[in-house]
Amino acid sequence: MTTPRKQVHLGAHFPGVNNTTVWSDPRSGSQIDFASFEHLARRAEAAHLDFFFLAEGLRLREHKGQIHDLDVVGRPDTLPVLAALAAVTDRIGLAGTINTTFNEPWELARQFATLDLLSGGRAAWNLVTSSDAFTGENFRRGGFLPHEQRYERAAELVQVARALWDSWDDDAVVAHARTGQFVRPGSVREVRHEGPHFQVRGEFTTPRGPQGHPVLFQAGDSADGRDFAAATADVVFSAHSTFEAGKAFFADVKGRLAAHRRTPDQLLILPATTVVLGATAQEAAERSHEIRLQQVPGPTAIAFLEQVWGRDLTDHDPEGPLPRIEPDVENLDITRGRVRHVKDPRAIAGAWRAQADANGWSIRRLVIEVTSRGGFVGTATQVADAIDRHVQEDASDGFILVPHLTPAGLDDVFDQVVPLLQERGSFRTEYAGTTLRDHLGLTRPAPRNTRSYADRALVG
Amino acid sequence: MAHPTSSPRPLHLGVDLSDAGAHPAAWRTHGSQAQRLFDAERLQHLVDTAQRGTLDLVVIDDSFSLQPTRSTTLRGRLDAALVAARLAPRSRGIGLVPTVATTHTEPFHVSKAIATIDHVSGGRAGWQLGWSSDDADAGHFGRGAALSEAAAVAEAEEAVEVVSALWDSWEDDAEIRDRETHRYVDRAKLHYVEHDGVHFAVKGPSITPRPPQGQPPIVVRVGSDESFGLAARHADLVRISATSRDEALDLRLRLRAAAAAAGREPGDLRVLVDAFVVTGPDQASARARLDLLTELEGVRWDTDSLTHVGTARELTDTFLSWWEIGAVDGFVVRPSSLHTDLDVLVDGVVPMLRTARAFREHYNGPTLRDQLGLRNPANRYAAIA
Repeated sequence: MTTPRKQVHLGAHFPGVNNTTVWSDPRSGSQIDFASFEHLARRAEAAHLDFFFLAEGLRLREHKGQIHDLDVVGRPDTLPVLAALAAVTDRIGLAGTINTTFNEPWELARQFATLDLLSGGRAAWNLVTSSDAFTGENFRRGGFLPHEQRYERAAELVQVARALWDSWDDDAVVAHARTGQFVRPGSVREVRHEGPHFQVRGEFTTPRGPQGHPVLFQAGDSADGRDFAAATADVVFSAHSTFEAGKAFFADVKGRLAAHRRTPDQLLILPATTVVLGATAQEAAERSHEIRLQQVPGPTAIAFLEQVWGRDLTDHDPEGPLPRIEPDVENLDITRGRVRHVKDPRAIAGAWRAQADANGWSIRRLVIEVTSRGGFVGTATQVADAIDRHVQEDASDGFILVPHLTPAGLDDVFDQVVPLLQERGSFRTEYAGTTLRDHLGLTRPAPRNTRSYADRALVG
Repeated sequence: MAHPTSSPRPLHLGVDLSDAGAHPAAWRTHGSQAQRLFDAERLQHLVDTAQRGTLDLVVIDDSFSLQPTRSTTLRGRLDAALVAARLAPRSRGIGLVPTVATTHTEPFHVSKAIATIDHVSGGRAGWQLGWSSDDADAGHFGRGAALSEAAAVAEAEEAVEVVSALWDSWEDDAEIRDRETHRYVDRAKLHYVEHDGVHFAVKGPSITPRPPQGQPPIVVRVGSDESFGLAARHADLVRISATSRDEALDLRLRLRAAAAAAGREPGDLRVLVDAFVVTGPDQASARARLDLLTELEGVRWDTDSLTHVGTARELTDTFLSWWEIGAVDGFVVRPSSLHTDLDVLVDGVVPMLRTARAFREHYNGPTLRDQLGLRNPANRYAAIA
């Protein structure tokens, strides 16, 4: 008897506001028009992907004190886009990033319960935290939070959100016209929470969604972040897409689950990755190089270097050698609103100079090399083999696919790679269930023991 | 009754899609689909019906508290902004107006949510401005005692100013995709709003480009002196309560005068009166429907505005008589039961209004501003550039 193959799980990431997204290509469509979102979500659903994914950023990035204008700028609001996509899709999961720092649990729990109801059980929340005073300037509340309190606050926020989702029984709505009983007596309970970060009390407005709780994604990579994921998340959005790093991360995070009385199948590890296909490996490699050149035009290469050097380098030729001038270590927040930490700029500058000199690389070439994150490059068969190997050998449970073109950048993956994964029995050919939890093989959380909340019934 | 053959001032009609209808017992009536109250397809069907009648807009009420009035046994509510977004892709022409309150929600979030509904609907979003002076709401957010009505409205007014500035914080042609210089946007056309007020400090710009309508119409319900002032200064569409034609006329004229005093063009204001509606093929059956509703929940129906119990013909005549003398620009219909009275409005009243040349045969264009006869406003930042 053979054990069934591990199933690959795949998400489709809408291209984001960074230089991965190539806007200069003639095929590149709108980042804002709903048609772009609809295209990607519908094509992903036709390929039976697990979910569509939309990221968030609450302040336009700045570089040298001005809005960074070289990458895509601007995006619609995450949750209304996902709600709108629920109208034009039937099965695919709808996942979005929502920052917890500038939101309150009552409102977030309500929005995700609503999305879950409006989509028939397809909502997922990629919960991120921020201690970012720069973004905080757009908000009256929230803003600066000591780093060590970020996960503490996030954990409390999830606790409150879950209490709110559980405060309605699954079968609370009976709508008995004859007796006038709309909700079953005792089935909707007041929530009372008094914690260090939140004080919440009241009767929640929104029934429990089809999934009970929306699927929770988490992306933190620090030890605290990994523990938070092991304790709380259903899916980890990981950055470790190479095989060796993936295996190490997979073992580490899944190894943390037992301490929280959870089993390995209760948390999926899904790294973000890119795919470049060609009829031959050679053609794919050439296409990949072309894409990298599109992603790193000269001004982008200079701006990237300026983040390390902490000074204006626009007088340098991107096709020329690296700057001989030393970094200004006093000016390391030259770029704001993006996650990149430069620890020792002089050492990095020195290493890059040596690397460029040894290989004869220009500034642009160096930036292309040091910002390359791998990803899958090859024929459809090679890519399908590689994706499957990662999953069968526990380097991941699947991938979140990040295209470089909006909106059709994954069409070739759907058309060429997915069928090969299906042929080998590693990917679904039909949706077996209706909810995202069904697609991901996650159990539906039972309502918690309600005695931990105040027991006052709304309708007696 | 003589009707004008054509009117330079068309009648506007909205319908409130909240709950199962405006009557507390609506969910208990036959055909209410109360089991599917939170089902998107039920709502989609209601919007399809309203769109068949070329109504201007649907409004969706909201509150952070569970049926705060408690005059009904019905319980539960969805987030109205997400409902509006869900209804957008599969509707055309009709405006989608959720209530979003500013008391507990950041104006930055409100701004991008409404802008995004405008983007996904191709310019059909409106924003019914809400605020809360409710203790239960404050308790959900750990905020102690609630604000007074006056304080909540004052804060809402500042929030409107922030939201409106954020909508303008991108000029319409800010996205340039200039391959020569590799610049995606012209940052001279992105603006920091630099709001530093009493309640909010918001830097900007928005993360979301300017919505298709520039400024999605703002809807304000007037129920106090404070909200009257707010409406006169900021509303594109004012919802009023009036039980007589003269009362409506007086209120509309006072609103227009107050708008003019605030430096606005009074012709840019649309004043709609809430109309509670129980219909039937004849007087007696409409009356019997109301009696049944009253009996079901055992509560009197406390309406605070025009309330019609009767036929579609009589309702049409009432609408026309209020409209013709300029008492109103139109009505927000609050069907006692959505599943019954909305059909009568669309299939009974609307055709008669069309015959009277008071109501459109087709949508005027794709956007809510098109239906309301309001031009897209100029961008405040572009104007001074």
